[in-house]
Amino acid sequence: MSTRLSKGGRLIDRSKPLSFRFNGAPMRGFAGDSLAAALLANGQVLLGRSFKYHRPRGLIASGAEEPNALVNLGRNARVEPDQRVTTTELFDGLEAASQNHWPSLDFDIGAINNTFGKLFPAGFYYKTFMFPQIAWKYLFEPVIRRAAGLGTAAKEADPDRYEQAYAYCDVLVAGGGVAGLAAALAEAKAGKRVIVMEQTPFWGGRAPVDGGTIEGLAPAEWIDRTLDLLATYPNVQLMTRTMVAGLHNHGYAICYERVADHTPGDGRPRHRLWRVRAGVTVAATGAIERPLAFAGNDVPGVMLASAVRDYIVNWAVSPGDRVVIVTNNDDAYRTALAVLDAGLTVEAVVDARERAGGDLPQLVRARGVRVMEGRGIAGVMGHKAVTHVQVCSQAGEGGVTETLECDCVAMSGGWSPVVHIFSHVGGKLLWDEAGAMFRPDATRAPTGPDGSVLARAVGAANGHLTLDAIAAEAGLSAEVEPEAPLAPVWVMPAGAGQALRFKAFLDYQNDVKVSDVELAAREGYTSVEHTKRYTTLGMASDQGKLSNINGLAILSDSLGQPIPTTGTTTFRPPYTPISFGAMAGEARGDLFQPMRRTAMQDWHEAKGYHWEPVGFWRRPYCYPRGAESHRDAVNREITNARTNVGLLDASTLGKILVKGPDAGKFLDMMYTNMMSTLPVGKCRYGLMCNENGFLSDDGVVVRLSDDSWLCHTTSGGADRIHAHMEDWLQCEWWDWKVYTANLTEQYAQIAVVGPKARKLLEKLGGMDVSKEALPFMTWAEGTLAGFPVRVYRISFSGELSYEIAVPANMGAALWEALNTAGEEFGAMPYGTEALHVMRAEKGFIMIGDETDGTVIPQDLGLNWAISKKKADYLGKRAQERSFMVSPDRWRLVGLETLDGSVLPDGVYAVAEGNNANGQRNTQGRVTSSYYSPTLKKGIAMGLVLHGPERMGEILDFPADKGAVIKARIVDPCFYDKEGEKADA
Amino acid sequence: MRRYSIFAVAREALRYHSGWERAWRAPEPKKRYDVIVVGAGGHGLATAYYLGKVHGIKNVAIIEKGWLGGGNSGRNTTIIRSNYLQDASAAIFEKALQLYEGLSRDLNYNVMFSPRGLLMLAQSEHEVRGYKRTVYANALQDIKTEWISRERVKELVPIINLDGPRYPVLGALYQERGGTARHDAVNWGYARACDAMGMDIIQQCEVTGIRTENGEVRGVDTTKGAIDCGKLAVVVAGHSGVLANMAGFRLPVESCPLQAWVSEPIKPVIDVVVMANLVHCYISQSDKGELVLGGGIDHPNNYTQRGSWYTLEETTRALVETYPIISRLKMLRQWGGIMDITGDHSPIISKTPVRNMFMDCGWGTGGFKAIPGSGWAMAELVARGEPGPLAAPFGLDRFREGRFIDESVAAGVAH
Amino acid sequence: MLTLTCPCCGVTAEETELTYGHEAHLKRFGPGSTDAEFEDYLFNRKNPKGVHFERWRHSYGCGKWFLAARSTVTLEVYGTYSAQTTEPPAELIAKIKEKCPGWEGWQ
Repeated sequence: MSTRLSKGGRLIDRSKPLSFRFNGAPMRGFAGDSLAAALLANGQVLLGRSFKYHRPRGLIASGAEEPNALVNLGRNARVEPDQRVTTTELFDGLEAASQNHWPSLDFDIGAINNTFGKLFPAGFYYKTFMFPQIAWKYLFEPVIRRAAGLGTAAKEADPDRYEQAYAYCDVLVAGGGVAGLAAALAEAKAGKRVIVMEQTPFWGGRAPVDGGTIEGLAPAEWIDRTLDLLATYPNVQLMTRTMVAGLHNHGYAICYERVADHTPGDGRPRHRLWRVRAGVTVAATGAIERPLAFAGNDVPGVMLASAVRDYIVNWAVSPGDRVVIVTNNDDAYRTALAVLDAGLTVEAVVDARERAGGDLPQLVRARGVRVMEGRGIAGVMGHKAVTHVQVCSQAGEGGVTETLECDCVAMSGGWSPVVHIFSHVGGKLLWDEAGAMFRPDATRAPTGPDGSVLARAVGAANGHLTLDAIAAEAGLSAEVEPEAPLAPVWVMPAGAGQALRFKAFLDYQNDVKVSDVELAAREGYTSVEHTKRYTTLGMASDQGKLSNINGLAILSDSLGQPIPTTGTTTFRPPYTPISFGAMAGEARGDLFQPMRRTAMQDWHEAKGYHWEPVGFWRRPYCYPRGAESHRDAVNREITNARTNVGLLDASTLGKILVKGPDAGKFLDMMYTNMMSTLPVGKCRYGLMCNENGFLSDDGVVVRLSDDSWLCHTTSGGADRIHAHMEDWLQCEWWDWKVYTANLTEQYAQIAVVGPKARKLLEKLGGMDVSKEALPFMTWAEGTLAGFPVRVYRISFSGELSYEIAVPANMGAALWEALNTAGEEFGAMPYGTEALHVMRAEKGFIMIGDETDGTVIPQDLGLNWAISKKKADYLGKRAQERSFMVSPDRWRLVGLETLDGSVLPDGVYAVAEGNNANGQRNTQGRVTSSYYSPTLKKGIAMGLVLHGPERMGEILDFPADKGAVIKARIVDPCFYDKEGEKADA
Repeated sequence: MRRYSIFAVAREALRYHSGWERAWRAPEPKKRYDVIVVGAGGHGLATAYYLGKVHGIKNVAIIEKGWLGGGNSGRNTTIIRSNYLQDASAAIFEKALQLYEGLSRDLNYNVMFSPRGLLMLAQSEHEVRGYKRTVYANALQDIKTEWISRERVKELVPIINLDGPRYPVLGALYQERGGTARHDAVNWGYARACDAMGMDIIQQCEVTGIRTENGEVRGVDTTKGAIDCGKLAVVVAGHSGVLANMAGFRLPVESCPLQAWVSEPIKPVIDVVVMANLVHCYISQSDKGELVLGGGIDHPNNYTQRGSWYTLEETTRALVETYPIISRLKMLRQWGGIMDITGDHSPIISKTPVRNMFMDCGWGTGGFKAIPGSGWAMAELVARGEPGPLAAPFGLDRFREGRFIDESVAAGVAH
Repeated sequence: MLTLTCPCCGVTAEETELTYGHEAHLKRFGPGSTDAEFEDYLFNRKNPKGVHFERWRHSYGCGKWFLAARSTVTLEVYGTYSAQTTEPPAELIAKIKEKCPGWEGWQ
């Protein structure tokens, strides 16, 4: 059983006790504890249940590589599932609960999967659950889904906040151990801007636990001095609790600072996501110890040797009183020494090597510990905690030579460099036979935008696993006990039979065993990616930090090929999981996306408008009064505009100024119509197509002066059309003398619409708005009620209509003035829906309704707006292609139901029979459909095969619930066909 | 081929599963095949499978430069639906969906097809109209979809925030038969079935050249030597342009990455697939418990399978806005695939300027859901030399004629 | 997140500041061209796995379009240059040839 030691613990502050709860039970720890250390200190060895077999599991590791000990942290809206206890700092009041069991951690019904484990090898579900077909959806999958997953997410929205920040430096050092700090110091001395990020709260990495001396100093002392020295450099920034999560294209480093995970509720953002642009990123990310694959290597109490000494040295926690160490290398003997130094017992060191004659084994022997050479573990006894281990010959099949009583097993299979950062953007690895590990290949490092190296690795991450090698790489001196070579051991014992391999775990969280990888190989899933996917090896939330190399070795062994031939899997960001909250940052709520506001937006909001999103705008859909429904409001607004006067905030319409000696020639290319001949003072409706011939925008073009035109675009189209113009001007006709400016937000624009529009403007006074002075499709500049305005006589409603542009800062005042002065004429604002209905009553097309990216102007009866004289315009060549000139294209018509009802929007007209794929033939569809309060019936527009030639014909539109609606093809203009009103 | 079943598993359990045979062999290439399929992704394997099963052509090699299923069919978000607007798309995706519905039994391999239901959220009036139009179109295409109210959306997706401050959810297009399948299982199931018909799946074999004579295909040069063929079916997502260049023609295709990412596994929070096209994000939860997430493509041409970080951020923002509880969950892993995007964002199943060479490509972001339908239609084209009704609209000639199949019109995207 | 240096304003811009404009140096075919020419111009693309000549706009900066030679495999940007040209600068071509032996050229 684990416990707190009375002495030691370099990271804890015994003067600061903390209390916390695990599964409701009160527990105590100290400041500086990780949750893992505190749980062990309280004797909590059993911490969770595995994913598939629900096997009891305890801690394996002490850091980010921990696969087992994941908890649900926190309560209610602040619950965080799958939180790793090894990387969770203890704080007062912390609450954690174990996961993936029912009804309790100690007694879990799901463990029945373990009993029948033989039925569930890798990939078993691909071979079963196929009959009957329906059962997968209704029976098997729901059961599997409930049993899978790990933690439980919160049910409420996250109350915490997150931040994002940018940083720039010459050198970004990932990892604050000896190698990282040494690299940082060297770069700092060279005058480079350096940022050092350490994922834990503590500097120094493994060195203070592992011992030796650097430059004659104890590692902890060297680290303190180096940190002090680094602090004197203004060009160095040191950050703890910050992980370089991933390196992305062109060296964009995404880093994850856990600002307030350990101080919840203190008002600071929980996480901060740093986006760092560094000249080079230095991976000083250390190495991770590998487990050994022996039967029962997952029983709680079996841990990595390095973790055992971490818990003892860093947190004064004894993982067990009687420790058996099993290893294939010398480094694990340091754990024996740490155990002995803490006054605990090492029952034996079981060393798989034939001979353990190095300095470290000798030191351990000298302290009276039995070293068993050429031995392995045949089995671990104990269910929820280790009670014994069975020792065997490593070379044999697992015949038990001896059984050792113990409550902790410390295992070491060697070390794997953490190469993730180096590999994320394509850095290649090479296989180091001596170390039995992949290490970065500096000759094939990832490269950046200029082809130079983006990342390099130093220290253990670069394969330098001993302090002297790390120091030597950094140009420092160091002394440490020399280590004899390790002997690669991938299965223990070497001749382990099926029964043992079936209990030797590789991927703890996903319950992948040696036998599973061998099964995958046997069945032909021989690519490492196949094996990984078939067995789920390395796909758990630890991403295979402990299992990938071991699994790869087993696979290679099964295939009878060397490990580098089998290859590695790809390392993908992030190094450890990062919160979606941090990824979203501050861009939540109102800041989710930019919001564009017109000058009159406050007024609309004050009136309680109902809005609809149009691009980043929020346009009034209608202005309901009191309990009025939206539909009633729309009808009222239309009727009022048609009988009195309506006011529309048209500010969102795009307004692009096109100016220059070649502006007319340019617009003739942009529009299907001729714009160069438009006289000064006149307005003309224009159509724009893309080069593919499809209609992309429309609007009124105004000739302002000899060399300048103002092009109105749709509300959603302004930026797109401006960019489109610039594209052609800069990239195709760059010798044309044309200048464009997007003035959309410089002007507020108000449509004054209705029979009493002129009276209203005359009341405002200041300029002549009579029919004679300002006829339809002309414009004039002047003042109205003292506002400097430009007035366009254009109409999208079919009514007498003026669109008035003022500088945006006067928009609200003019709007107010129009509303006030308009009271006696019954002026009311109207919204986009009234706008849509009124234009439909007039048979005017709407981009996005009648067009959908597949419609050409010829389809819409807009031939009058396509110049026959011009040799070229964008889209002209495209419109000559065979499918575009086909007489069988669907063309625009009006549609009226026989009973006056409203056709459903988007409904299709059917034709006889089915097509070759058995689909019902169609001959048209509704593009816009509304109730017209003016005509007191439904009106619609649609595209119909040979439509304009079929006036009066009746089409069938199958609608909802089997109903077929009959509608007659009519002229699309339903209101004031002669256009007298607009021209009034 | 030894059949898979619960009884076979139980039998094998008694001997530690030591008796399972290879799901597919690792043969050396023969001198000649009637048909060579280039690309052992889902589409290539399905093409070969239906060539054998429907058309009786079994002297087939499927050659693959990496490992089978290692391209997009093994790195997508596994969404399956057929609620497309245009007749041509609806026909082929519906064919695919119908084949998916029986695929596990057809292949004797559980592909875990999960018709859990799929929603496409409407968050603007424009989207409402587009999806209602799709429902009417689907009805005539004999595909059952429905428009559902926002209240029904909330019932199906309890974690959704209907009134996000920017874009309220106004309703959704719902296809009850839509869902997901296990992508690897689809690839492996087809591979095993092809192998069982005697076809050779040759992995780690890269095509380095296409041999033609008088404008007709004769074979391919590969890293494992030259192989002759009667017909050549090129079914390589992402790299279709590279293969076309080898044969001397260009395609209306550009290759760029699409990224996806998953959360850590959690207990079920969402039982359906939800796509939100206005803010561009989609979400489902795998049977393992991971939230499977994705958004839009990265536009710059790129063959690296790595997109840009900002795409993930933007999509994650949309996801957090729409499903606020996920803010506290964590991203476990991200990855990318190479999409080949055509001029109208619809696929190509076509004859080529080289006689007896056929191409199936351009599936863009929508390839996985099409696999069985694409294989079916491509096999028909290869076997007969002329497209059947499913493939006919997807010929390369449509770009010259201006006869596009554009699905973006209903605010839809092709995921 | 790609970075490219705008040759117009000299700013090294993040991808989010830029708009991608696909293949560069397309010759426009208008009325009078054949169907094949027009199809080629509008749709068919080199889409190389290697050096790609492409268009970018510094949209959220100086607003100018420019052209770039970039590898679609290593993502290395060999150079950026003015959009107002029909072919890449000779020194850029020389640089790419030096860096990518066996490169088939830009056309």
